[in-house]
Amino acid sequence: MTTTPGAAPTLVLVGHGMVGQRFLEALAERGLTATHRVVVLCEEPRPAYDRVALTSYFSGRTPDELSMTDMEFIDAHGIELYLGDPAETIDRAARTVTARSGEVFAYDTLVLATGSYPFVPPVPNKDATGCFVYRTIEDLLAIEEYARTASTGAVVGGGLLGLEAAGALKGLGLTSHIVEFAPRLMPVQVDEGGGAALLRTIEEMGLTVHTGVGTQEITVGSDGAVTGMKLSDGSELATDLVVFSAGVRPRDQLARDCGLTVGERGGITVDEQCRTVTDPHVFAIGECALAADGRVYGLVAPGYEQAETAAAAIAADEAEQRTFTGADLSTKLKLLGVDVASFGDAHGTTEDCLDVVYSDSRSGLYKKLVIGRDGTLLGGILVGDADAYGTLKAFTGSVPPVAPESLVLPAGASGGAQLGPSALPDEAVICSCHNVSKGTIRGAVTEHSCTTVPEVKKCTKAGTGCGSCLKVLGQLVTAELEASGVEVDKGLCGCFAQTREELYEIVLALRVNTYRDLLDRYGREGARGGDGCEVCKPAVASIIASLAPAIGASGYVLDGEQAALQDSNDHFLANLQKNGSYSVVPRIPGGEITPEGLITIGEIARDFGLYTKITGGQRIDMFGARVEQLPLIWMRLVDAGFESGHAYGKALRTVKSCVGSTWCRYGVQDSVRMAIDLELRYRGLRSPHKLKSAVSGCARECAEAQSKDFGVIATAAGWNLYVGGNGGATPRHADLLAQDLSDAELIRLIDRFLMFYIRTADRLERTSTWLERIPGGLDHVRDVVVEDSLGICEELESLMAAHVAHYADEWASTINDPEKLARFVSFVNAPDTPDPVVGFVPERDQMKPDLPLLSIGLRRADDTADVLLEGSTQR
Amino acid sequence: MTLAPETTGLKVQLQLADSWFTVCDLSLLTPGRGVAVLLADGRQAAVFRDRSDRLYAIDNRDPFGGAAVLSRGLTGTHRGRPFVASPLLKQRFDLETGVCLDDETVRVAAYEVRAA
Repeated sequence: MTTTPGAAPTLVLVGHGMVGQRFLEALAERGLTATHRVVVLCEEPRPAYDRVALTSYFSGRTPDELSMTDMEFIDAHGIELYLGDPAETIDRAARTVTARSGEVFAYDTLVLATGSYPFVPPVPNKDATGCFVYRTIEDLLAIEEYARTASTGAVVGGGLLGLEAAGALKGLGLTSHIVEFAPRLMPVQVDEGGGAALLRTIEEMGLTVHTGVGTQEITVGSDGAVTGMKLSDGSELATDLVVFSAGVRPRDQLARDCGLTVGERGGITVDEQCRTVTDPHVFAIGECALAADGRVYGLVAPGYEQAETAAAAIAADEAEQRTFTGADLSTKLKLLGVDVASFGDAHGTTEDCLDVVYSDSRSGLYKKLVIGRDGTLLGGILVGDADAYGTLKAFTGSVPPVAPESLVLPAGASGGAQLGPSALPDEAVICSCHNVSKGTIRGAVTEHSCTTVPEVKKCTKAGTGCGSCLKVLGQLVTAELEASGVEVDKGLCGCFAQTREELYEIVLALRVNTYRDLLDRYGREGARGGDGCEVCKPAVASIIASLAPAIGASGYVLDGEQAALQDSNDHFLANLQKNGSYSVVPRIPGGEITPEGLITIGEIARDFGLYTKITGGQRIDMFGARVEQLPLIWMRLVDAGFESGHAYGKALRTVKSCVGSTWCRYGVQDSVRMAIDLELRYRGLRSPHKLKSAVSGCARECAEAQSKDFGVIATAAGWNLYVGGNGGATPRHADLLAQDLSDAELIRLIDRFLMFYIRTADRLERTSTWLERIPGGLDHVRDVVVEDSLGICEELESLMAAHVAHYADEWASTINDPEKLARFVSFVNAPDTPDPVVGFVPERDQMKPDLPLLSIGLRRADDTADVLLEGSTQR
Repeated sequence: MTLAPETTGLKVQLQLADSWFTVCDLSLLTPGRGVAVLLADGRQAAVFRDRSDRLYAIDNRDPFGGAAVLSRGLTGTHRGRPFVASPLLKQRFDLETGVCLDDETVRVAAYEVRAA
């Protein structure tokens, strides 16, 4: 069957990887999807995904989460995307592409983005059962499946991807080997010294590295499955599984078959506009293309650049005039937890250049700068500590303002210099993903009035690519704000000039235990003696509640003055709903509940006529309680052994769990018990924002721990702790803080983490935004809570211990206190008359708020209003 | 509980069309918070006491959401003006005039209130 082209010209894209997807976006941005029929042929069964982050699949990111393709985008632009249907042949004379399905597409413009394929050395038995490559999600799924029955794995290739693969095998519980033909690891990026520092760190992690040896043969057993490898030095290595990661080659067979010119070592030859030199109707972009500078680029940033270039050429936009003549190969990455960066002329190939090297193999540090004869910084390599990458890279090509040797010495060493970004010239490129210069960033602050890093990111796109420049970006924005004399009022609100963190320190250090005292002594001049505001009152109430045992305040949030500070929900210990009624959530630790407990909740809900719904946090929410019913409901709940679930508070909500090793065939730890322990430990803990948690019993992650403020995932050896996750409007996956912890180590670390968060976060700042905001980010938090770099861990632990020791159920305290119960009335002058605006109507066998009743009230501007209101109360 | 002598026995009263309407003992009002009051005609008022013992009263209905909850909001001072922030969507209302500080086209009724 032949597809006849319509009136619109047809553009066929072969390949839907990261660069292909970026190309489609570039087409859409230039309006080309509206003027062209766009057909995409994709070999893989799934649309474009983040191949750079492929390995994160093994730390829990699902294929869906790796996806980079918004199907709404594809649909909205009328793009025809054929999955699992690769291009088989191209007929350039007829200008048609034939897909594997047999369908023939006529094209006006053809774009090849076929990427590359893994190179597998031609050794005997390279295709045996148990041999894999590491390129697609399908490869990873196959490796994961096969690793279940394996105990040892070997990776051929000690480059970037090989190290990632070896780390993944280790994560799957295999004894892992790396076989690298070159004399060092990562031979392309680092030199001998850097390789040695890397080797030592990687061996300390329990991986075995064999360098300077090649693979001669894969040995197989009688069943045809891998049993081991024969190496070039005559030795043999027993292994159940082999992953080839010995580099990639441009995927140019399709181009060769139709007579397009390819390079000697592969790659479709293109000009500066990414058009093939052979055929003006055909373009090639990404890893399959041999660029005008004679190189094939295997990094994604140059690929994106080529995608934009080709789209601009197709749009024939003379104003844009885009060309691709080469790209920067600087990289910074974290491999198996080790920082590795190389930039500029890392190997010192420039004539007459000199090296400045700092090497400390004891701590796995290696830093080398390549300096020209005139003192120009030409490039460098950083292993073990790449903090200075952003600044050094930006200085590349210029003479740094301080002696180069001082730039490689560790911070704190005498003579070591911290070169701030303020010393950079304006033309220095800060974000290489989006090619944003320091001048542009300064302009965002000085001309576009951006005052925060998120605003600058939005304005300039800097820091929105790989994120490696964020640290420098933050320093630059702060420096620029200070330099331009912008008075940044970081105060909490109109009443306090201090940040929440500063107020926390004041409250703790000076034991200020009332809001009034804090306001009158430390408030802004005009606010002292006043009534504060709705922002600082709950914020200070939360600080006082978090620190109550340590500062001699009552831990009961409704005691004395504290009662007046609480948000409405905390004041009534329930969640206000839109019609003025409340919902009630008893604590169900870990989501574990007895049939008796379920029956009790059911009976209470039935007796009070409440609407019931299961929450996302594995508990039961009862809606529609009138304020005067709350104590009656809670007397019954407390009698039955339930406690407040703090669904109303900026406090720990729930710790979800899966059933874990007790019931599940896959579980490796008792996740339910751990979830209950954690929930009971941290219940009632007031914090800057709500806290959610979950515990999963194995890497399948059924409890969704990585979307929580602190999430725990069981491993064969203990627990992995993830922090800073979030669902909601801005979902964020939690970051791994520490691995393979014992029960005690886990709890100690969470104690520290939570108390450090409570101490330093802004008001209403979730752990996710806090982690993104605080200088140094996750690394800094890890330094503080794991390495105790600030020497405060003992204090953090003792604060948490005091919280745990002083916890008491708020609802039990309230129902036993007649004075506190007095506030749970509908009207101060008619305590037993229900609020007439709170009414309900039936829906799906339960009830819902009577919304017309609410709006009837609002029309009460005229004289008929009272009649209406009276009528409505009769429901 | 012992009350300070000057407040003992004092009643909170609202000025309605023709008379002062007695609400409750002053001692039932917590400084910084409000209470809801049911009026004879079915309307509701929210009565507040600030930390200097001044009293304020406005209509209890939140004009944006319709629920009668303003008495449960947090109070404060904004540029010297006392206000309550609705617990529904946080709009602030001037306690003396009933004008919404976040949308001046909206206002709720304000009442004269006294302790006598």
